[in-house]
Amino acid sequence: MQTQVEIEDLLGAQSTYKEGFVTRTLVETFAKGLNESVVRAISAKKNEPQWMLDFRLKAYQHWLTMHEPHWAKATYAPLDYQDYSYYSAPQCASCTSDTCASAGAAPQESEIDPEVAKAFAALGIHLGAEGEAAEIAVDAIFDSVSVSTTKSRALLEKYGVIFCSFSDAVQHHPELVQKYLGTVVPHHDNFFACLNAAVASDGTFVYIPKGVQCPVPLSTYFRINEAKTGQFERTIVIADEGSSVSYIEGCSAPVRDSYQLHAAVVEVIVHADAEVKYSTVQNWYPGDENCEGGILNFVTKRGVCKGARSKLSWTQAETGSAITWKYPSCVLEGDDSVGEFYSVALTNRRQQADTGTKMIHIGKRTKSTIISKGISAGKSENVYRGLVKILPTAEGARNFTQCDSMLIGKTCGAHTFPYLEVQNASAQVEHEATTSNVGEDQLFYCAQRGIREEDAISMIVNGFCKEVFQKLPLEFAVEAEKLLAISLEGSVG
Amino acid sequence: MLLEVENLQATVAEKEVLRGLNLNIKAGEVHAIMGPNGAGKSSLASVLAGREDYEVTAGSASLNGEDLLDMDPEERAQAGLFLAFQYPVEIPGVSNKLFLQTAVNAVRTAKGLSELDMFEFSQLVQAKMKLLGMRQEFLERDVNVGFSGGEKKRNDMLQMALLEPSLCILDETDSGLDIDALKAVAQGVNAMRSPDRGFVLVTHYQRLLEYVAPDVIHILYQGRIVKSGGMELVAQIEELGYDALATA
Repeated sequence: MQTQVEIEDLLGAQSTYKEGFVTRTLVETFAKGLNESVVRAISAKKNEPQWMLDFRLKAYQHWLTMHEPHWAKATYAPLDYQDYSYYSAPQCASCTSDTCASAGAAPQESEIDPEVAKAFAALGIHLGAEGEAAEIAVDAIFDSVSVSTTKSRALLEKYGVIFCSFSDAVQHHPELVQKYLGTVVPHHDNFFACLNAAVASDGTFVYIPKGVQCPVPLSTYFRINEAKTGQFERTIVIADEGSSVSYIEGCSAPVRDSYQLHAAVVEVIVHADAEVKYSTVQNWYPGDENCEGGILNFVTKRGVCKGARSKLSWTQAETGSAITWKYPSCVLEGDDSVGEFYSVALTNRRQQADTGTKMIHIGKRTKSTIISKGISAGKSENVYRGLVKILPTAEGARNFTQCDSMLIGKTCGAHTFPYLEVQNASAQVEHEATTSNVGEDQLFYCAQRGIREEDAISMIVNGFCKEVFQKLPLEFAVEAEKLLAISLEGSVG
Repeated sequence: MLLEVENLQATVAEKEVLRGLNLNIKAGEVHAIMGPNGAGKSSLASVLAGREDYEVTAGSASLNGEDLLDMDPEERAQAGLFLAFQYPVEIPGVSNKLFLQTAVNAVRTAKGLSELDMFEFSQLVQAKMKLLGMRQEFLERDVNVGFSGGEKKRNDMLQMALLEPSLCILDETDSGLDIDALKAVAQGVNAMRSPDRGFVLVTHYQRLLEYVAPDVIHILYQGRIVKSGGMELVAQIEELGYDALATA
């Protein structure tokens, strides 16, 4: 099954997507196709215990009965699931036995493929000794496997914080994984979540013990490198009673001329008085001008605020992907629990985004806030789709939703689908929405003050998104602003 | 010559608006351009500033010897042309401070000067605001959002003071501007008058001229300047009206 990577150099073809480089390294990639033996092979590669294999097989059997959903306001041809490879991992340069990368344990510094380390360094992610000294802990995921997790040992020894790859957690913390896996997003939840459960590649596992305030932000950086490979990571974040953590994920992929599938599942569990802040800056390759290639970002993210006074906050800046289908949600079970969703979704060229959130109010006096900013440029379509559901038990629940759209140019679209289901008369639900244009008058006004059109658009758009960017961790806010500027290049004819 | 306009002809939406306009302005001078509705006053300001929907069909215009018509709007601004808008545009979410700093640095970069950092810019803007009698809170508000007519004008004047252009064109065509707005414009112009700067006041009525004394007055009529002179022209307009004066 081992193959030498075919060397492709598509870098020159695409100038605006600077993360679009391809890393050339020895990889092990499964042949294309999906069947029960592939599922078993993935599990075997990772040396998984029987319960994990059973979880996968149950999901796979169920998946076979499901149909690819096409209700989102995005058009794409049905995918050929036999045309993807479901496992790809860089091999360590220093070892050729398949016990290393395949054992599921994150390799030590000396074992990280130098080409892979270089790729991450180019993305501003430092592994090895430099990573240990950084202000932030990183789990670096390259295609299907976690290649390095910095600060993992120090965090565990000093604070009891578990921060490791999902594969690692299956090996070393099976009781925790078994307790929480599939409890927030069950394997049968939806088509892509079900596929993920069957072929889950890797992901990050976080457990913050009772009363611990995680001293550094934890982060995962996802890199899809191989062509025609799906990435199916599963991330689980658990904040035990009274704890808190800020978790950040970043994503990118090389420029490829065919769709790459990214079907992740994220499960967050927040116990009483705990707080999780989950931030995403998503910069997957959006495809070229003609809609060739790009990432299909079909992701299920959901968190449960289990305990009283728990709080979960999703903040996302989405600029990449050919198609985004993603609704980070909060199930507010605990009384007085709080859910928040702050989102900036920018689409340009022919990108299609159907994104939003779900806030399910179950507990008493639960509170949720939704601030969504959608920006459409080029020939793109940008949809906000959100559900606020107040169950009969949610006495005194409150929601505030603000949903703003901005259009740049005349060939793009913005759409809003807010769904409200209120089953308790004591609930208060507010919804505000605006649509605005970056007008020619605004651009001329800026130009007359000496400001170039691109700078003017970037300034106006960043102003529009300010409320959300203020919620991102500082370094990420800067990154997100730059990303917007890059993603908007050439958006005005 | 600061501004040299020769036989300028332009159309907007295939309608002729300028029909062979000539205008020369020396540094240090203040010129007022008056005329009836539809004479082409706002069109002149728009064509000189480079608004996209206007098409120049003949003639030339240069600023300090540089061909204006060959430049993009931002290049004209960087070259020293400033247009005070009749209705300054609102930009929600962008603080006035950020907008002003971005504009100042864009013009400085074009001139080959180093960009001002936050502290240097803050010093500069404080000095200019003092000059115009403006309050601090102005900087923190979003560009022109919720500003009164007078505040918007004052904001434009602040931009003018910061960018230090060599030619300022003030489009005050609308007669409906309140007295505060008018005073703000007059105060800005008077504070900025200098031997190396020229002004063009485009106006419908003489009210503005009570606060700013121009050196030359032009009458614009059917896309051409048909008469030039001193303050005595204002009295003649009052007495005879534009039509009679233009055809006399």
